[in-house]
Amino acid sequence: MSTTATTIDRAAPPEVGPRAFIRRLRDGDEIAHVVTLVFAAAILLITSLLVYELWMDSRLSRAKFGWDFFWTRTWDPIFDHFGALPFIYGTLVTSVVSLMIAVPLGLAAAVFLAELAPRRLSDGIAFLIDLLAAIPSVIYGLLGIFVVVPLMRTVIGPALKAVLGKLPLFGGPNYGVGFLTAGIVLAIMVVPFIISVSREVLLTVPGDQREAALALGATRWEATWQVVVPWARTGIMGSVFLALARALGETMAVTMVIGNDPKVSASLFAPGYTIAAVIANEFTEATGDLYLSALIELGLVLFLMTFILNGLARILIVATERGGGHPS
Amino acid sequence: MKKIVLSSLLLLCLAATVSAQGNTLLLNAAGATFPYPIYSKWFDVYHNEHPNIQINYQSIGSGGGIRQVLAHTVDFGASDGPMSDEQLAQAGFKILHFPTVLGADVPSYNVPGVTAELNFTQKALAGIYLGTITKWNDPEIANANKGVNLPNADIVVVHRSDGSGTTYIWTDFLSKISEDWKNKVGKGTSVNWPVGLGGKGNEGVSGLVKQTPNSIGYIELIYALQNSIPFGKVQNAAGKFLKADLAGVTAAAAGAAKDMPDDFRVSITNTPGAAAYPVSSFTWLLIPAKIDDAAKRDAVKGFLKWMMTDGQTYNETLSYAKLPKPVVEKEMKAISLIQ
Repeated sequence: MSTTATTIDRAAPPEVGPRAFIRRLRDGDEIAHVVTLVFAAAILLITSLLVYELWMDSRLSRAKFGWDFFWTRTWDPIFDHFGALPFIYGTLVTSVVSLMIAVPLGLAAAVFLAELAPRRLSDGIAFLIDLLAAIPSVIYGLLGIFVVVPLMRTVIGPALKAVLGKLPLFGGPNYGVGFLTAGIVLAIMVVPFIISVSREVLLTVPGDQREAALALGATRWEATWQVVVPWARTGIMGSVFLALARALGETMAVTMVIGNDPKVSASLFAPGYTIAAVIANEFTEATGDLYLSALIELGLVLFLMTFILNGLARILIVATERGGGHPS
Repeated sequence: MKKIVLSSLLLLCLAATVSAQGNTLLLNAAGATFPYPIYSKWFDVYHNEHPNIQINYQSIGSGGGIRQVLAHTVDFGASDGPMSDEQLAQAGFKILHFPTVLGADVPSYNVPGVTAELNFTQKALAGIYLGTITKWNDPEIANANKGVNLPNADIVVVHRSDGSGTTYIWTDFLSKISEDWKNKVGKGTSVNWPVGLGGKGNEGVSGLVKQTPNSIGYIELIYALQNSIPFGKVQNAAGKFLKADLAGVTAAAAGAAKDMPDDFRVSITNTPGAAAYPVSSFTWLLIPAKIDDAAKRDAVKGFLKWMMTDGQTYNETLSYAKLPKPVVEKEMKAISLIQ
């Protein structure tokens, strides 16, 4: 790329001044350049505007609560005392639970579709999975209320309690709604992203990599897990972070099944609350200035969380690449 | 030639917009979602009767309605809770409250094996929502329901998770009947609930109640009537157990009419009167006392007059309770305050 550019430069030194600019403009190159530049800059502009607005509109709340906002457990619109801890906790717990379910499930399904299934079947199923990813979240919320919540109360919950009931993680009363239910519904929602993207990435792994492993005497299983999956690792990680981003910001489906109770509880059966859900629930009827400001600060916190988690994800990718695998 | 054609086209366009503005007067309003069905009916009927006036209402929530009035972005607002003294002071201009219709909350419950209509004393409801009464067979509940076999089961409390006028009415009632509630929790469209699960909207609360054994939740009377959801009786200020209906809600407003303040910012929960249902409330239009545009002023006044007379006849078909006569008379006088 850079070498060709320099050779051209040497052959004909770039013209300077308005005439050259107009000529390039006429050729269309310059227009394309400017248009794409403007669009790219717009993304940056929108993001910084977003942060600026959140920052400015939350100043009342920031001035009043400072850093305490992050570890206060009370959320009281009447006595104007606001803290984000239960919401941060709920957002993290539901996202982690959903990924713990969705990643193994999604990855295994993607490996089957890319490596083992006949191509026709694989394409057909991939089409259905893409359809799943396009279903609006409120539909998943309904599925949650009418299917997952009753199942949770009558089947999954009692079963988990019978086996693991001694752990605080599965203690306390089981209402059917709570962190675990929200995590399960979120897992159902994000699994199509993981399958769809991971399958595409696995399909791009060059066939000779696979064949080389098989030729060395590896079994199908070994070739898949020791050669193909590590090769596609970056892309698979990408699919997981896409899923995480959706889980962090999901609103409708979560608020329908999480119980909407701003508490920090060790038990996964306990009701909780997430940042996105509380903003959606309380924003329209928030009358006080400080109340509104605190809700906007929650938005800022959610933005920060996604930012930090994405940053950590990048670091993780870089770190695992250093440990081996293919270089790009 | 070209120029002439262009300029005449331009003139035509201008004339068209001017005449359009001359024909219909557009009023913008925004606010509460609870009265939205009746408001949209009213505005529609009023537009048919007065084709030159069109009222555009956005149901963005009470909080939004108050903010938009303060910011002058709408001609008038609507709210399920009256504006606070601070908000009125902050406005910098006078805002009048006009009650329009009435709403009420009812307790709906799901106790396996209990088919009878349960009676809830005021102490029982306050205790359940404060978390001090935790079992269905608590004496406070059992004594008011002789002959009903109440289980020794934990009560699952359900409340609204979204900010709403329904919650405002419920917490206003609890604040009046319990000092503890007033001091610890207070009243508002969202509060810091001591116990319970949150459901989004009336459908969320009734869905949770229906699905969760031994649960109780409060829902809007209209929603309960329209969806035939069974609900219990509540003890009123006179000590009677009343099952909510539209007449009982109107009676609650009539009970408060005698000492109603001139600005109509009054709570009608737990008002005296044997027939008054205790968990009722007005919903209000928020109208600036000074409207500079004479045409808009007349339109607003005209609509208010119509709303209090002809408009009220549409209430009961949509399950809203009517304003009682004394309140209508008082409001009619208040219309002249708009200048």
